[in-house]
Amino acid sequence: MTLKIGVPSKGRLMEKTFDWFGARGVELARTGSDREYAAAVNGIDGIELVLLSAGEIPRELAAGRIHLGVTGSDLVREKLGSWQDKVSELALMGFGHADLIIAVPKCWVDVNTLDDLDAAAAAFRAQHGFRLRIATKFHRLIRDHLRDHGVADYQLVDSQGATEGTVKNETAEAVADITSTGETLRANHLKILAGKPVHKSQATLFKSRNADWNEATRATLKTLTEKLGLQS
Amino acid sequence: MVDKAQIRAEAARLMGVFEAKGATAVEADILQPAGTLLDLYGEDIRGRAFVTQDPIRGEAMLRPDFTVPVVQMHMADGAEPARYTYMGEVFRAQEESTHRASEYFQVGYEVFDRDAPIEADAEVFAYIQDALSPLPLRAATGDMGLLLAAVRGLKTTGRRKAALLRHIWRPRRFRALLDRFAGRAPLPEGRAAMLAKDDPMQDAGPQIGLRSAAEIAERIEALREDAAAAPISVQEVELLDDLLGLRETTVNVLSRLRDIAVDMPAIADAVDRLEARAEALYQRGVDVDNLDFEGSYGRTSMEYYDGFVFGFYAETRPDLPPVATGGRYDALTRVLGRAKGHEIPAVGGVIRPEIVLELTAGGAK
Repeated sequence: MTLKIGVPSKGRLMEKTFDWFGARGVELARTGSDREYAAAVNGIDGIELVLLSAGEIPRELAAGRIHLGVTGSDLVREKLGSWQDKVSELALMGFGHADLIIAVPKCWVDVNTLDDLDAAAAAFRAQHGFRLRIATKFHRLIRDHLRDHGVADYQLVDSQGATEGTVKNETAEAVADITSTGETLRANHLKILAGKPVHKSQATLFKSRNADWNEATRATLKTLTEKLGLQS
Repeated sequence: MVDKAQIRAEAARLMGVFEAKGATAVEADILQPAGTLLDLYGEDIRGRAFVTQDPIRGEAMLRPDFTVPVVQMHMADGAEPARYTYMGEVFRAQEESTHRASEYFQVGYEVFDRDAPIEADAEVFAYIQDALSPLPLRAATGDMGLLLAAVRGLKTTGRRKAALLRHIWRPRRFRALLDRFAGRAPLPEGRAAMLAKDDPMQDAGPQIGLRSAAEIAERIEALREDAAAAPISVQEVELLDDLLGLRETTVNVLSRLRDIAVDMPAIADAVDRLEARAEALYQRGVDVDNLDFEGSYGRTSMEYYDGFVFGFYAETRPDLPPVATGGRYDALTRVLGRAKGHEIPAVGGVIRPEIVLELTAGGAK
């Protein structure tokens, strides 16, 4: 029985993941052609590397089809209800940093905090007859955050990309999205609300609680975590 | 564990009790249009209800309660006064704690009566108590009407009162606003700096989005008015705290409330109603001398309940949810009937037959 570890299948997240493991003496490598999603682990026996879309890794961890997985902490919190019951964090990997934030038009000089957003939403609904729209793909995280801060009279509209453009296009009044530099937000005449971000995300090595943890996979995990210098 | 056929039979028995008292049996669709529920309860309900997609009708929810469809049915073609009873499953998504049921039976009794609301409050409570006897249950009651009256009577601006009323069912946010309006908490970050400017909208960049410059200017004006308004007095905040902290028998609460009403005359009518209701409950055989009253009851779990609220609990089984809950929800009918200017005073309650059976079985052991 091999221990399956899921890592992002492309882009900087994949490269940085390979680097992170490599720096700790565990070599991950793609095999076959550039386009073939096949990979291998050198340095430890009994590990199978599975290349997956970062967005699907939370689901695979929750289902126990992979034992370990690397993905953004934001994706795990967004996609898994009661995520702590399904996965545990083995290591914060120190890259892929991004903040999940709520942003409003810069011209809303009266709105700086969630408190202001709530009051503006009440007035907006009274004026326009519908709830103030916030475009996002992070429905669960944003809804929980706004509920915890007592914001009402808003609605979430789904936006899977180009979210910053929704305000100008008048399909939303505000946005909630991941940003690392805030560049795209500024370019689209948006400003981030004051206060802490909704979530500070980074690439994280997760362990599935639902995978088949038998003697063999537990032993492999022990070897791996020792090599990586982690507490399992 | 009680099986579903038994629960259904118990639900039918309880519904029969209400039918025997003159209620009309009604049904409600399991699939409810999501839009109505979202407009009522806001985006939060997505976390609590099962949302599903119909390719033609759009978003739908598995009914999280019967109240909304029953009110809609009554408003569409009900004669008044009306008394309804119903039974069936409701569906609640449980994101955090997985040990609570996500699908369970309810039996309900609802009264729509314009002329005698206090009498109707007492009737619903007494009928449900009767239906649940002889189970040894503790009843807790409250009255959102007191808090609503107290807030409406505060000596402060209309905007502040509206903000407090809007968040009356969100205690934490209500408290934060009250602290700010009382001058006990700082202004939100950036507000003082913004208000200090002669023209805050200068250099604001291009005007984008549906929220217009006029709307922004209007809110700045409102914030200036708020900054200039005197804080809500310490005395008024303390009276509100007294009200919210009440936790005694109904009889003792009435005398406490008479004291509070001396300094807060705005609640006098609500106190009169509470007293009249206690009398109506007494007339129906309820032991009001030992009936618990809690000033904050109904604030967190029962949005839109705006008058009498109650629940029945098995004290020996704190692990179980309440056996029955209910209250007056005039505010909900006002919101649902807004488009046509309809409203109808309404009070009702629901029993969970599964919990009744569990307690009956437990008692027989």
